Amino acid sequence: MRNKLLAAPYIVWMALFIVVPLGIVVYYALTDSITGQFTLSNLTGMGAYLSIFLRSIWLSLFAALICLVIGYPVAYFISQCSASRQRFLQMLIMLPMCMSFLLRTLAWVAMLEDTGIFNTFLSHLGIAPLPLIRTSGAVILGMVYNYLPYMILPLLSVMSKLDPRLIEAAADLGCPPSKVFSKVILPLSYPGILSGLTMVFVPAVSTFYISQKLGSTGTTLIGDVIESQFKTAYNPNLGAAMSLVLMILIFACVSIMNRFGESGDEEVMAKV
Amino acid sequence: MSEELIRLSDLTVTFEDGETILDHINLYIRNKEFLTLLGPSGCGKTTTLRIIGGFLTPTSGDVFFNGKRINDVPPYERTINTVFQKYALFPHLDVYDNIAFGLRLAKLSEDEVDERVTQMLEIVSLKGFENRNVSSLSGGQQQRVAIARALVNRPQVLLLDEPLGALDLRLRKDMQNELKSIQQQTGITFVYVTHDQEEALSMSDIVVVMDKGKIQQIGTPQDIYNEPKNAFVADFIGESNILDGVMLEDCLVKFFGRKFVCVDKGFEKDEPVDVVIRPEDVDIVPAEEGHLSGTVTSVTFKGVHYDTIVDFKGFKWLIQTTDFYPVGSFIGIRLNPEDIHIMHKSEYSGLYGDYSSYSAEYDEIADAAEDGEDEE
Repeated sequence: MRNKLLAAPYIVWMALFIVVPLGIVVYYALTDSITGQFTLSNLTGMGAYLSIFLRSIWLSLFAALICLVIGYPVAYFISQCSASRQRFLQMLIMLPMCMSFLLRTLAWVAMLEDTGIFNTFLSHLGIAPLPLIRTSGAVILGMVYNYLPYMILPLLSVMSKLDPRLIEAAADLGCPPSKVFSKVILPLSYPGILSGLTMVFVPAVSTFYISQKLGSTGTTLIGDVIESQFKTAYNPNLGAAMSLVLMILIFACVSIMNRFGESGDEEVMAKV
Repeated sequence: MSEELIRLSDLTVTFEDGETILDHINLYIRNKEFLTLLGPSGCGKTTTLRIIGGFLTPTSGDVFFNGKRINDVPPYERTINTVFQKYALFPHLDVYDNIAFGLRLAKLSEDEVDERVTQMLEIVSLKGFENRNVSSLSGGQQQRVAIARALVNRPQVLLLDEPLGALDLRLRKDMQNELKSIQQQTGITFVYVTHDQEEALSMSDIVVVMDKGKIQQIGTPQDIYNEPKNAFVADFIGESNILDGVMLEDCLVKFFGRKFVCVDKGFEKDEPVDVVIRPEDVDIVPAEEGHLSGTVTSVTFKGVHYDTIVDFKGFKWLIQTTDFYPVGSFIGIRLNPEDIHIMHKSEYSGLYGDYSSYSAEYDEIADAAEDGEDEE
């Protein structure tokens, strides 16, 4: 009974700031912006933005996979260090998160611009400036840079709990070191991989700032379109409908990802 | 018993901080033998096992297997399997896949894997548990999976590191019998590590008693119990009254100011010795008929017998008797020559075997000190 009471503040919080706003989003999505009448036209008009939806999903999935490729070895390396070293390295991983998200992204603008650090350097070498900024690559880079810690931390938490005796047991049963990874370490880190992918994918797919600063009109993401509905197009009803569809898409993507790791289900969903 | 299979030759393990874990261990293990390494925590028994398994390289000394030096052979190339202390089952695999792990690595056909896993499940009575998640099993069941996972590979040697340590008493007794019969059925050499002397005595062909990184005694359970080599072994295996004595000549020992006839020979004349009297070997007689007489100071009912503490001139003995003698009664005891065991003096002399500070919980205290401590 007492446990339930302890959860009360959170339940109130959830009701006020998650359930109620969600209801408002649904209400807006299903009403006309001018007349305020019930309509499905906001949702049926969504087809026009299909390519932007797909691009958002594609770019953020790609970014999540790159984070995995970069983050996995890092997490494994850290997990093998001594406890005090682990704490230090973990702090280093989290350090960029202490800085403003906007600032971090603007820093990349300064580096990638046509007259930015990289291109200035190249021009000194006599090489023509490269189109670094306003590309899909730059958007993915921005996502990877900003969300990499969200990949490493869940991986690390799974890997540092990995019992070294399991590796001994594998060796005992005839498993050479070359196969210990695929037979034991990798399967045991699936839950970490899934939650890492989710933790990167979900914020990446709904981002708008990264694509605004590092992308071009050709790399507009759904987050940008939603933002513009509220700020410039003054059509919050369409924006709400887009948010709703995006939310459903995210749930669909996450549940597909969870299919790959049967045992990790609850863990991933719990962390979303 | 047949030929020698494993030989440990002058093994020493020293940690960087200079701590000696193993101190010149020499031991050979014969094929198809059930050998137990017995000792308190920190005695080096698990370290010895890990060296045989290949998980630890000795600082100096050699390990021979079938006559070949295997110091540098990694664990995955040794025909030895291990049942780990807390089982170390793979949580991402079900019971079947855990057991099949080694067979699949050996690239056996799936038909053969299936046949051997099924047969193994029958031996450890886990039929029908094939697809169960290992974390949903009870301790005893996990234990069986660990044994099956090791045995299915038909190793030449099975190493068992306190495999029953986490089980309750009753399950322990059952598993002891089961392990012994599996060992006899399969003819696989078992090297078993435990701190439980009862377990060691009831299961083993050979018991190796260790303390402080050294082997204190190697022998059959009967040898170890009846002819302990020093005060440590006498005290660690069962209960013992250990007294100071002087060996006057072969088969004649003097203690408590009296001469006793015994059966031990080969000591020097007037050599100071430790005399071991097992509490169950003492015959209680009326005071005037006894070799010694004393006063009962404490009686504890233990089920089969009474633990009776008797004060002989200030030195208290533990006597186990099925007859009840109330506190304060004045009794005599008689000792037959074969009840008196003589040991050379050792570094352990004077440390054990005195019940002057006896409390009824001596067993529990001793056990609690052993529990829950891993070596290294």
